[in-house]
Amino acid sequence: MLEIKDLVKIYDGNVQALKGVSFSVPKGQFLAVIGLSGSGKSTLLRCINRLIEPTSGKIIWHGEDITAASDDELRTIRRRIGMVFQHFNLVLRSNVITNVLSGRLGYVNPLMSLINRFPKKDIEDALIRLDRVGIKDKAYHRADELSGGQQQRVGIARAMIQDPEMILADEPVASLDPVLAHSIMQYLEKLNKEEGVTVLCSLHFLDIVHRYADRVIALNDGIVVFDGLPTEIDDTKFKEIYGKEAERVG
Amino acid sequence: MKNSKSALRSIGLGLAILFALVTYAYGFKVTKVNLEETKSERRQTQLIRILRALAKPDIVEFDKEQVKLEIPFYVPCPEGGFEPEVVDKTIAHFEPEAYCADPGTKMIFRGSNFEPNVKGPINFLPPSGVTLGMGIFETDENGNFEITVTIPRRPETEIQYIETVTSKNVGEPRFTRTAIETWDKIIETVFLALLATTLGTLLAVPLSFFAARNLMKDVTSPIIVVSLNLIAIPIGIVLGGSGATWMRDLSNLIAVNGWVILLSIIVGSVVAYGLFKWAVPPEELEPASGKIRFVRSLTLVLITLISVFVLFMVSKLMIIIGTTASGKLGGFGFLGSFFADIGDILGMIMVLVTALLGAGVLSGIGGKTGNLLLKKFTPQIHRLLGIIFGGIAGVVWFLIIMGGINWVYQINQPLIVRTIPAILGAITGIILGTIYKPKAPVPIGMAVYLISRTIFNVLRSIEALVMAIVFVVWVGIGPFAGSLALALHTIAALAKLYSEQVESIMTGPIEAVSATGANRLQTIVYAVIPQIIPPYISFTMYRWDINVRMSTIIGFAGGGGIGFLLQQNINLLNYRAASVQMLAIAVVVASMDYISSKIRERIV
Repeated sequence: MLEIKDLVKIYDGNVQALKGVSFSVPKGQFLAVIGLSGSGKSTLLRCINRLIEPTSGKIIWHGEDITAASDDELRTIRRRIGMVFQHFNLVLRSNVITNVLSGRLGYVNPLMSLINRFPKKDIEDALIRLDRVGIKDKAYHRADELSGGQQQRVGIARAMIQDPEMILADEPVASLDPVLAHSIMQYLEKLNKEEGVTVLCSLHFLDIVHRYADRVIALNDGIVVFDGLPTEIDDTKFKEIYGKEAERVG
Repeated sequence: MKNSKSALRSIGLGLAILFALVTYAYGFKVTKVNLEETKSERRQTQLIRILRALAKPDIVEFDKEQVKLEIPFYVPCPEGGFEPEVVDKTIAHFEPEAYCADPGTKMIFRGSNFEPNVKGPINFLPPSGVTLGMGIFETDENGNFEITVTIPRRPETEIQYIETVTSKNVGEPRFTRTAIETWDKIIETVFLALLATTLGTLLAVPLSFFAARNLMKDVTSPIIVVSLNLIAIPIGIVLGGSGATWMRDLSNLIAVNGWVILLSIIVGSVVAYGLFKWAVPPEELEPASGKIRFVRSLTLVLITLISVFVLFMVSKLMIIIGTTASGKLGGFGFLGSFFADIGDILGMIMVLVTALLGAGVLSGIGGKTGNLLLKKFTPQIHRLLGIIFGGIAGVVWFLIIMGGINWVYQINQPLIVRTIPAILGAITGIILGTIYKPKAPVPIGMAVYLISRTIFNVLRSIEALVMAIVFVVWVGIGPFAGSLALALHTIAALAKLYSEQVESIMTGPIEAVSATGANRLQTIVYAVIPQIIPPYISFTMYRWDINVRMSTIIGFAGGGGIGFLLQQNINLLNYRAASVQMLAIAVVVASMDYISSKIRERIV
């Protein structure tokens, strides 16, 4: 259970990205976050694992207040939250398996990891995850040799190896073509349905939202303007979310 | 309207031109531009002489053989005249107008079939065996010469001789001493630059992270944590330093011979490794309890001490092996001395490294304590603790800084050196402790960033030549002083260049890696370092290139290398030798430039 209470983020220069966002996500839900670019989706997701420090408000996860966690506590929280990014955020000059293994950094002994030593079990595990996303043969290739779709699969594998209880996906398919987008979404769906991982995923395309999400939250200018089932988004709601000028595509 | 605008513009332009004229006129005056001198006949001859000397570098030479030709001559003419044998006109020969003359007569001598463009004396040889120079002849491009000489006043009845002496190159060309010395020194120069670059790079890499804004910006802590960090650093340095010193003394005590050393290295490593295996589990799913963590920390301290001890032993062993080997390896003895020197360096830096390690560890413990205090008490007590610890940290650091200043200026007055800085430090700390709310983030990272930036900028602005002077005093004249001076300059310059590279890396991977729960050091190793390796290598190569160029002149200040020879030869007006050195520098710099650009191309 994730509870977000009155979350506010004000960036330097008095830009209000989030203006008091509150909602809660039960364990195992697939929640889609939609909204225009700049509506605060990325900020919201990044506040949850405090990649961005919220200005005020509380984020309670399993009864633990993430916003009040010390650096050490935050690391043990973060290692249970996987994250997938729009631009994959792989270390391009490292090989694929190192990128996947970096998902274990919160668990392994810091001293050994500094000299690039991982437990055998983790290496085997990394290969299994890579196999599951279908790119085991690329394990020892450099990440920049991979195509966009393959890179995002590495990103998914990196989140998977964390054994996460929750995944934050920040527009995971926005830089991919529709076919690849569905294959990536299916991996997230699988994690959600088979392993009960809570997924918070910001998305642009409503057809993807309809297809995968259990529930939708829409943000507009830092405020939750819709919270309900994907099927409830009709044309009126759509215009409320995306503005009067918006046309439905896809 | 439009007209007045363009008029204004014209006036502005006119003023700008006038201003430029005045500026350049003044520039001519202060740089003492003197066109009269450039036209002076005397200066021009000198200039031409020097240019010609520089154009003829003294690289190869030949063995010379003197070729002498003699003709008989009577002074004055004997009765009945004198007819010499017929000379062979197809080979080198010379003839006077007549083979006898009265003393003091002027006479023309003509020679032909000599080597073209050679110079040599024409001498008069009386029977007494002395040589009287009559003049210097110079052959033209066909090997002919003509010279008018005065016959000396040496009347004799006997036959006398006149000779020409020319010298001729024989055998294979060989390198001059200048060329050989230059070769030695240029090798020294390249290696001087290599050592300086290596040392500089080793230190600049870690330091560059402190000067990278994007990494340091996010490093913030509450005031209590910062204060405790600061208080713990000097304590850590003292503890680490004394721990290392004990281990050194212990190793001195135990190290009676090579076998004992070897044995203690093996035993020490095995024990340290075993303890490490126990204390540092590969992976932890649940954070361990406080008690276990405490025992583990103690074990880590023990492991560190054992490792320091082992390293001191390794250093001793290396010195023993190296010294023994250098005696037996003959021509490769330098490999043995190198090994021994590395061992010596290891022993020398161990204390320093352990002191720094101690500072790091204790500062970490201080920080943890601070966080713990923040968890426990009420905000009022937090506030009080912030003020108290802030005050103590202020006192400690003001005293340390003042101690440094006092060491330089030798003020030695307790009031100025102790009391006043202690009071000022306490006030500063208390003010900061009051301003910052207990949990508000203090931008300690930015403070470190600004301080390191400032230090690098100051160091960078001091020419390596000036640094060389200081190091010459410390380690004596020679390439070692030069490489230390260049290394120091390299640290500052590279740290700045490197840190700018760190600032321009992609933030995505950093975000991703820190989102997995990695700590700051892990984030640097996994997300930052892979991105900066290519630019680091490229900048290091570039710096080596610069260091080769700088090391060619560091010898001017006694820093060894080719600059020493160059300066000497310029001062001795030995331009042909100086020219060899300049040529060598040009060749080395050009080839370094080429090689480094090739390597950079391949890596980046």
